[in-house]
Amino acid sequence: MSATFLGLPPFPEAARAAVGDSRTRQNLHKATHTIRGKRDAVVGELGEDWQRLRSQGERVKTHTLRHLDHYLEQLEESVQRAGGTVHWAADAAEANAIVTRLVHETGEREVVKVKSMATQEIELNNALEAAGITAYETDLAELIVQLGEDLPSHILVPAIHLGRAQIREIFLRQMAEWGVPAPPGLTDDPKALAEAARVHLRELFLRAKVAVSGANFAVADSGTLVVLESEGNGRMCLTLPETLISVVGIEKIVPTWSDLEVFMQLLPRSSTGERMNPYTSTWTGVTPGDGPQNFHLVLLDNGRTDVLADTVGRQALRCIRCSACLNICPVYERTGGHAYGSVYPGPIGAILTPQLQGMSSETDKALPYASSLCGACYDVCPVAIDIPEVLVHLREQVAQGPGHTDEKALMAGADAVFGSAKALDAVQRAAGAVGGNLPRHLPGMAGKWTDTRDLPDVPGQSFRQWWNKRDQQEEEGR
Amino acid sequence: MRIALFITCVNDTLFPDTGRAVVRLLERLGHEVVFPADQTCCGQMHYNTGYRRPAAKLAVRFAKTFGNADAVVVPSASCAAMVRDNYPKLGGNGSRLSRKMAQLGPRVYDLTEFLVDVLEVTDVGAYFPHKVVYHPTCHGLRFLGLGDRPYRLLRAVRGLELLELPGAAECCGFGGTFSVKNGDVSAAMGFDKARHAVGTGAEFLCAVDNSCLMHIGGTLSRQRSGMRIAHIAEILASTEKEYAHA
Ligand code: SF4
Repeated sequence: MSATFLGLPPFPEAARAAVGDSRTRQNLHKATHTIRGKRDAVVGELGEDWQRLRSQGERVKTHTLRHLDHYLEQLEESVQRAGGTVHWAADAAEANAIVTRLVHETGEREVVKVKSMATQEIELNNALEAAGITAYETDLAELIVQLGEDLPSHILVPAIHLGRAQIREIFLRQMAEWGVPAPPGLTDDPKALAEAARVHLRELFLRAKVAVSGANFAVADSGTLVVLESEGNGRMCLTLPETLISVVGIEKIVPTWSDLEVFMQLLPRSSTGERMNPYTSTWTGVTPGDGPQNFHLVLLDNGRTDVLADTVGRQALRCIRCSACLNICPVYERTGGHAYGSVYPGPIGAILTPQLQGMSSETDKALPYASSLCGACYDVCPVAIDIPEVLVHLREQVAQGPGHTDEKALMAGADAVFGSAKALDAVQRAAGAVGGNLPRHLPGMAGKWTDTRDLPDVPGQSFRQWWNKRDQQEEEGR
Repeated sequence: MRIALFITCVNDTLFPDTGRAVVRLLERLGHEVVFPADQTCCGQMHYNTGYRRPAAKLAVRFAKTFGNADAVVVPSASCAAMVRDNYPKLGGNGSRLSRKMAQLGPRVYDLTEFLVDVLEVTDVGAYFPHKVVYHPTCHGLRFLGLGDRPYRLLRAVRGLELLELPGAAECCGFGGTFSVKNGDVSAAMGFDKARHAVGTGAEFLCAVDNSCLMHIGGTLSRQRSGMRIAHIAEILASTEKEYAHA
């Protein structure tokens, strides 16, 4: 049974464990800093052009979202014209039911999968398993996570939290259960690990009759779907099987083929730090004698139209899942993806997940606070999503809800103090009188602070007091 | 020029030395400083934690208190960013607050911006014979876009040796209530920042935000590192005659 994010503890609690795990922290630090460096280099070489590309990407996405109904209908028509079938799924359950039915209709009991966030979002693998269908992940990192019965920790590199030695262990322990076993003398050399995965997967590619994918983009006017990847495993799935089922979020649309130009530059540079990704596969319906002969597109809503209704929050739907915001985020770097308890981790997860699934659970409510609001995610985002703005917007919704009475009392207290200069002065005088005699460890919520940090002494005189005295002396001196 | 000082609640209460340094510095440069007594807090903590209404009240108070000022100088990049970036949004489109802030906002400056852009000085005649690293706080770096202004000011200080801080652009982990709500991550971030700073061998860590300095400084102090913190105003105000950190 695949693992699930459901029921994981809220961020602060999960983060404590992650921060304390030095091996994971080292893996994360190394990986995020390496990719940051690569991204900086390839973005830097574009100079001023990068910002122009970025606003162009933002514009195309914003325009498409504004007219999403129109482009969705256009896409449906184009796909059908090209010989594909379009299905509409309002939520995860519906999408899973559609895919399960389609696989059953082929008479097959297994599918190969191209790495896809949409199918993770709906937990398709679990649904297929419950229906007696085995889904094989073919992306290397995704395969590692699946074999290890783990959860993905990153949008692009699901196994980012694992080191080479851990991966070797997983391969040796688990590959045989799923297919071709790992060679007994397997070392943790990256080449050897990749070769073991290649041999393991090749048999699946040649055997599989059905493939399931997502898509990075769906072109409305031609009905073309696009997948960008690094390994070529996706292309095997997209070309060899007889039936291809693509589950795609409704926000993935771009109006025309030429709009891809912009994203083909933004996405690889932001995600893997490459000028161009090694494999770009595009497919348009079916072509007799070439590639899958049955093509199904499942268009997934699953909360997206609700997000569209929120004028501040909707910008999150521009996301092209490049994961640049994860790689730059100092919080993500120290906790990894699991702490977010959500399929979409990091800064984008902190704003997307609570919007897609609402904020009824404590885990969802904690997500908008899983950021120091440093702004690095906004800076790096290739489609200029103002993540800090949305975080604050969502915090407002949390703060207006029930609970956190301590915090509300604190804020009301602050309100009274800052509502008048006199009240502030009185508090300052009282604090100044206590001065350096503050306890070294504060009680309650504030204890988090004094666990690891010393508070400054409160000076005997506030600036305000000093100023007033100085003012008086000057008056008298005149 | 008559300059209105927005001292900010944190500086007023916990770091009055910074405020005194700003006054000393601006007066030394030949300007008159006033301190509108009605001021309290910019509301950043409320706003960032999700308490929009109290933040909006404080924004209105700010607009009233500073409405007539020629220039408002703030020795805190994050409070300056709050006023400039978020106040207009707080009132909503076309509100009185947003109209007022459209006029007042551009006259609100972080101290280093004011010195370099408005007064057009980088050498303020300061003397500070120490090794110093500068931590560009997130609000200074990304929200206000201070760029090299603080560095130019520091490089012009006599006796000061400016060292390079590794990972300078990374957040120190303070983040207002983040440091309480996510204490473990915040502490880990602060620890790394402190480690980088201490590793340079500098005697002082300086910044344009005392909140971040309080967090990093609290970490440095707990580790008994011996490294001290100083707001950039204190370094710029320091002269041979009035030498603050002997
Ligand atoms: S929010 Fe922006 S930076 Fe983050 S994954 Fe999406 S597109 Fe990339």
